[in-house]
Amino acid sequence: MRWQQDPILDVQHLTMRFGGLVAINDLSFKAGRGDITALIGPNGAGKTTVFNCITGFYKPTEGMLALRKPDGSQLLLERLPGFDINWKAKVARTFQNIRLFSGMTVLENLLVAQHNPLMISSGFTFLGVLGLGGYAKAERAAIERAKFWLEKTRLIDRADDPAGDLPYGDQRRLEIARAMCTDPLLLCLDEPAAGLNPRESHDLNELLLSIRKDHGTSILLIEHDMSVVMEISDHVVVLDYGTKISDGSPNEVKNDPRVIAAYLGVDDEEIAKVEAEIGA
Amino acid sequence: MNAPSITTSSAQDTAVPSRFNLAAALKDAFITALIALGLSIPILSYKTEQNGSDLFLASRWRLVAIFCAIVFVLRVLEHAFLATRAARKALPDPHQATEPVHAEPSAYQKVSRFAIPMFLGVAVSFPILVYLVQGGLNESRYWVDLGILILTYVMLGWGLNIVVGLAGLLDLGYVAFYAVGAYSYALLSTTFGLSFWICLPLAGILAAFWGMILGFPVLRLRGDYLAIVTLAFGEIIRLVLINWVDLTNGGAGISSIPRASFFGLPFTAGEGGFADTFGLEFHGMHRMIFLYYLILALALLTNFVTMRLRRLPIGRAWEALREDEIACRSLGINTTNTKLTAFAIGAMFGGFAGSFFAVRQGFVSPESFNFLESAIILAIVVLGGMGSQIGVAIAAIVLVGGPEMLRNLTFLKAVFGEGFDPNEYRLLLFGMGMVAMMVWRPRGLISEREPSVILKERKAISGSLVKEGHG
Repeated sequence: MRWQQDPILDVQHLTMRFGGLVAINDLSFKAGRGDITALIGPNGAGKTTVFNCITGFYKPTEGMLALRKPDGSQLLLERLPGFDINWKAKVARTFQNIRLFSGMTVLENLLVAQHNPLMISSGFTFLGVLGLGGYAKAERAAIERAKFWLEKTRLIDRADDPAGDLPYGDQRRLEIARAMCTDPLLLCLDEPAAGLNPRESHDLNELLLSIRKDHGTSILLIEHDMSVVMEISDHVVVLDYGTKISDGSPNEVKNDPRVIAAYLGVDDEEIAKVEAEIGA
Repeated sequence: MNAPSITTSSAQDTAVPSRFNLAAALKDAFITALIALGLSIPILSYKTEQNGSDLFLASRWRLVAIFCAIVFVLRVLEHAFLATRAARKALPDPHQATEPVHAEPSAYQKVSRFAIPMFLGVAVSFPILVYLVQGGLNESRYWVDLGILILTYVMLGWGLNIVVGLAGLLDLGYVAFYAVGAYSYALLSTTFGLSFWICLPLAGILAAFWGMILGFPVLRLRGDYLAIVTLAFGEIIRLVLINWVDLTNGGAGISSIPRASFFGLPFTAGEGGFADTFGLEFHGMHRMIFLYYLILALALLTNFVTMRLRRLPIGRAWEALREDEIACRSLGINTTNTKLTAFAIGAMFGGFAGSFFAVRQGFVSPESFNFLESAIILAIVVLGGMGSQIGVAIAAIVLVGGPEMLRNLTFLKAVFGEGFDPNEYRLLLFGMGMVAMMVWRPRGLISEREPSVILKERKAISGSLVKEGHG
């Protein structure tokens, strides 16, 4: 149970209300360092809302989101401004509906991801405009890093094409490469396998496993594709109607009657039995 | 071409090379001319003329006839053009199947190869060319003046291009920063006697400062709301200039603003002047030519800095912001600061142009900074192609130089009679040009985007992929 001993992300009593609607109700879970944690649940369960709270797009109504760095220090994500969650807390994310910079080339997309370090090396633009300082060197290093990720995601041949020209599967991989260029501790993937064919989703599994193995990046993912969830995740958290209904290893979760009920519903006989018991 | 045409549709349907069908074309042109006649009867055929207290109806059937004849001929020509084009398309291209597919050079690449050195060469040698063609300094005055005017708008277009074209923030009040720059120079030089070369950077800094003051409250707005607030800001600045009479002398403006000197040498006759020092005979045109090269240098500085910024992280962040603001935030880009820098840098160049305007005119008044100026600068950026430097320059030449050219079309008087003034049709032509652009080049003259960094091969990015930004 790595997620109990050494969590990278500790979500406690997270509640998110939109007016009268309670999207997330008192959710607590932990994601282990170096684990692949899957967040699953039926449509409308509140998974993407949890992601938006973690990555700063929503401010939670209640609760605490603590990110624990390898040196033991702790950052409270709900208190950071949105853009600092990537830069200071090193949490990167992808989006359910792909959000690439479609009019920029693949390589430019990956350089935008390295904005903050490049900004510092260009002397916050002042030195860069005059051609002073180490910007040229820093840019070369940034291109090298981008090349590394392009090779890893097999997009190197399309580096100079506009991102909007890539096929869907390539765009998904590019979004992961772009998130990885920010050098994250925690990578949040919102339905990375959506719309991929079985071969592509197999490749995606390989990519995610190698990211975890070679870079020590912990991964938190939302997924509907059970072949991805069951194959690669170490820890599964199941949400339904904004509350956690199950939490554990993939096998435990698979056999949990509450999870089966949430996904498949319950037999009519059972409903009749319960109704008889309560005298309806 | 969206005109309904029998010839093209048949060519597409049957894939047979269609020849130009004269009878059908004449028939169609005749019908079009009839429609034109019907439309022109209430509009063109009668004109009211006042003679003392009496009102007459004067018929203008000759004009209607000319108009209908023009429509007829144009329609026939259109048919002929479409038929030849359809026939050419229907014939298989012998190279099509055998040769490997290679990317067509984009409009940008085609333009940039020849046009940029040519434009630069013409711009640098313009006063000399004009002098040679016109045969004297006095005669070339009008042309150098026009060159200065066009270059001012080129510079303003390039400055606004940073805000609208790169960062995708729709700014309808850009002229406010132009006004801040102009009044900065006018007030600093008349009050404190500072020279132009000290006031120029100060005007830029002040304009950038006002850009930030405007930016802080409004950058949380998006799209239409941002446009409206910037429009209001432009008007506020103008109204303040009119009403703060103690400081700005109100609507009367500030006159006798000191002129620029040639690095300390004034353009005056007599001892110590520019002409005297260089052993030339004094001439008023020396100052004009100096001003021409000054605005050329300022415009090229704007261009150079913009090109440079595009290759720096800040420029890429602007363009990324235009493409997708949410993705920017998820990548750790401080979107507020990034937008503010775009506003401030755009405003700074507006301020430089403004102080140049003040030094050139020697007089500033709030009337020079009305909304129409903002609209023209924005039209230059949008028509040129948002984000494209050379496109903006071409659009500035067309939009500012074009109306001036209309004055010189005196031969039209021979066609339409003595009372015809082509200049009166300026706005009509402007509107027609806009409609034509919307149909054929909705993304501006040069819509392709040049990548700011390449790994192996330079490929232009089609304008259809590049977003306009949401505010």
